[in-house]
Amino acid sequence: MKETLHTAEQIRKRVLEHTIKNNGGYLSQACSSAEILATLYLKIMHLGRSLAPMIPPPFPGVPSASNKNYFRGGLYNGPAAPEYDRFYLSPAHYALVLYTTLIEVGRMAPEALDQFNKDGSTVEMIGAEHSPGFDMMGGSLAQTLSQAGGIALTRKKRNEPGKVWVFMSDGEFQEGQTWEAVQTLFHYKIDNLGVFIDINGQQCDGQTCDVMCLDPLEERLKAFGAYTVAVNAHDPEALAHAAQHSHPDKPLFVLCYSDPCRGMPLLEKRKPKLHYVRFTSEAERDEYRKFLNNQFQGV
Amino acid sequence: MQILSKIHNRNLVSWAENRPDVVVLSADLTSSTEINGFQSAYPDRFFSMGVAEQNMLSFAAGMAKEGFVPMVHTFAVFIYRQALNQINSSIAYSNLPVKMFGFLPGITTPGGATHQAIEDVAVMRSIPNMTIFETGDATEIETIMDAVYETNGPVYIRMLRGEVPRLFDKEDPFIPNKARILSKGTDITLITSGICTEEAMRASAVLGSKGVSVEHLHVSTHKPFTDPRILEAVSKPKYGVITMENHTIIGGLGTEVAEVMAENGIGKKLKRIGLNDTYAHGGSRHYLMRKYGLDSMALITGIEEFIETSLNISEEDLANIRIEAVHSSAKAEAL
Repeated sequence: MKETLHTAEQIRKRVLEHTIKNNGGYLSQACSSAEILATLYLKIMHLGRSLAPMIPPPFPGVPSASNKNYFRGGLYNGPAAPEYDRFYLSPAHYALVLYTTLIEVGRMAPEALDQFNKDGSTVEMIGAEHSPGFDMMGGSLAQTLSQAGGIALTRKKRNEPGKVWVFMSDGEFQEGQTWEAVQTLFHYKIDNLGVFIDINGQQCDGQTCDVMCLDPLEERLKAFGAYTVAVNAHDPEALAHAAQHSHPDKPLFVLCYSDPCRGMPLLEKRKPKLHYVRFTSEAERDEYRKFLNNQFQGV
Repeated sequence: MQILSKIHNRNLVSWAENRPDVVVLSADLTSSTEINGFQSAYPDRFFSMGVAEQNMLSFAAGMAKEGFVPMVHTFAVFIYRQALNQINSSIAYSNLPVKMFGFLPGITTPGGATHQAIEDVAVMRSIPNMTIFETGDATEIETIMDAVYETNGPVYIRMLRGEVPRLFDKEDPFIPNKARILSKGTDITLITSGICTEEAMRASAVLGSKGVSVEHLHVSTHKPFTDPRILEAVSKPKYGVITMENHTIIGGLGTEVAEVMAENGIGKKLKRIGLNDTYAHGGSRHYLMRKYGLDSMALITGIEEFIETSLNISEEDLANIRIEAVHSSAKAEAL
């Protein structure tokens, strides 16, 4: 698990570097989810080798009946074969964290981030279906879980051994469609699907408890028929163990309670507005630059 | 005129028999959308999704991604009004083969404004990758499934249910993006869709006897709208073009025809008959068609205005018209 923790620190470091360089980024999402994504890729998911180039190709145009060049970013997660797991990251603004994870686990080259948010690139700020590691349009929150449910139901019908993993943010549980999806997963006994929820308690307008309270989320999920496990989002061992729970006839929901400032105490000063970090002055940027140099030395 | 009942219910069962990739999704309107036959015949391929349309549309997208061809059935309003974001982000963007069967078009239901799909074509037409069909009679319901299945990408079908007349010969199947030429004429080009076609057939028969020569086309593909027969038909009438649709006149058939005329520089008058930028309310089809000007009498009035002549046609004249199923191309040649 030391390796996983190290990868998580690398994710934080690279996202911080990028945020400083670009004067902005979804930094707190890296803080809260680094261990979750590192553990999924390194310890939980059964994925084949990436089928995509290490340097992401340019935007191939949108899908259509006539676009033969189109590709999906899911190629970075390996072949969609019956024996392999599928992975769907729902909150598409976590894109930078997912791209960084792909780099740290060797599925994409570090230079890929040079294309981040550049015109004509697939390495978009809000991940789309063609963006590395993505496989659907999650930008409008709550649709990924339903789609992954359809995928899991189809795979269950076909007795495929591979599982379906979904990464969600807690804010998505304010959406009605999420609950429609959970009731359907329970109704069809979809137990080949597991969801990791990054419960960082933060959303665009501030703290989740101020914007729209979700408590008690675990009880709500249980009431809808989910099998739930609550863990510390920064403990790879606990995260990996949660994925091993047997949950017959029920979907698995792992509630990962996270700290949106984890590893970067400087962020505490910005509370309760952590959704997107843009430095307000060169002095503040310098502060983060110094922090990067001191904190992540040797990481 | 032959009237058939619950055509889709029977037809879907036989059509889907040897297509194991076809699955049907229902949002608690199984009998109401004539898929109870499918449910009984193929329970393993039938999925009850509850009254939760947004999830149903996204779920269908996931099933399509894994190789199924999901056929979603519910009332049209619950598709394009309730789940428009899901249609866009989960289905249409990815050009997934999710087929959406929307029932209760326009004023075909006494269910009132919440159940009447009056702007579905307008909304769905604006979505990239979307194909839109509309059934107008029993023959089209019986023969539309191959085109729905074979179209690469999502399809929205404006469906009729219950008792439906046969207007077109059984041997004259639905063909995508090909209008049916029901009569040839030189004074007015009349383009209709859905249930308005029967009304227009009634009217055009009487008009002929009054010396008004009508070229009548029935449209069952709203998108793509590139049929050369349309351009040809709108290019030549003496007085102009009239469209008639069971839909708001904004964004549906009338707009489709207007776009073709404008883009091709056809400088003729166009009159759009349909719901005149209004919601309707609950009532019988007969009552609603008269109240909102969607019946054959409304068409006669529209034509009288167009040609600035009174034709002295009565309700009785129209009611006495007997409509037989036509073989569209044969009839076109005969005229």
